[in-house]
Amino acid sequence: MAEPAPNFLPPYWDAEAASPQFAMGKKVRVKSGAPPGHVRTPWYIRGKTGVVERICGHFHDPQELAYGRGGGPKIPLYRVRFALSDIWGGNGGSGGNDGGFDESDTIDIEIFEYWLEPFWDYGGDFDAQSARLEQELTDAS
Amino acid sequence: MGGLLDTLPGPGINRDEHDYALWEKRVDALMVLMSSKGYFTVDGLRRALEDMGPESFETMTYYERWIASVTQNLVEAGAFTIEELRERMAQVQARGATYGEASLEGGGGDG
Repeated sequence: MAEPAPNFLPPYWDAEAASPQFAMGKKVRVKSGAPPGHVRTPWYIRGKTGVVERICGHFHDPQELAYGRGGGPKIPLYRVRFALSDIWGGNGGSGGNDGGFDESDTIDIEIFEYWLEPFWDYGGDFDAQSARLEQELTDAS
Repeated sequence: MGGLLDTLPGPGINRDEHDYALWEKRVDALMVLMSSKGYFTVDGLRRALEDMGPESFETMTYYERWIASVTQNLVEAGAFTIEELRERMAQVQARGATYGEASLEGGGGDG
């Protein structure tokens, strides 16, 4: 199945830099973890699942720049959209801060590629997931 | 603070406009100047701000946190030594306790 693809190059696009691993519309999971130091992924979004809203372009790594280093090679930055109900719990409520959110309540967060991993959504169908992973491995070899 | 749950903003935000003191404008200008000269990046500014810990958001004003972060980054980048900074702070302190209240419009803090 073809992934939705941008029909334009994002701003801050660097043709020399690594190609983005995730296409627009792709479901991704933010990695978990709490390393010390300057981390550019909000605490409350770690481990959560969202959808790539757009590819912002390539940037040097701010987690490296923060310590006066060069920031390494440029890496893809994504804008990922999350449902507020997935983050704070509650759904179908009246909105606001009472824990109730409807589907249109979302938040966009810009996240660097190394904080993201693919999310395989099989609704708990682990046989299908295994088959997909085996196919991935076959394709990769 | 990286979105720590216990530091998210609550109700009671003061939305009134307020003027900046001259020293606050100078802190802002210093940040722009030093980062454009390559001493450090906005990422370094944020890193030192976060390293001050959540309690600094309760005990320090916005530009007090900024000048602490800018200073730390400039020391790390070798813009000046800590001894040079101490000497300079003593000189500024000798100008009087109200120097920091100066504004572009009103002159000195004594009014």
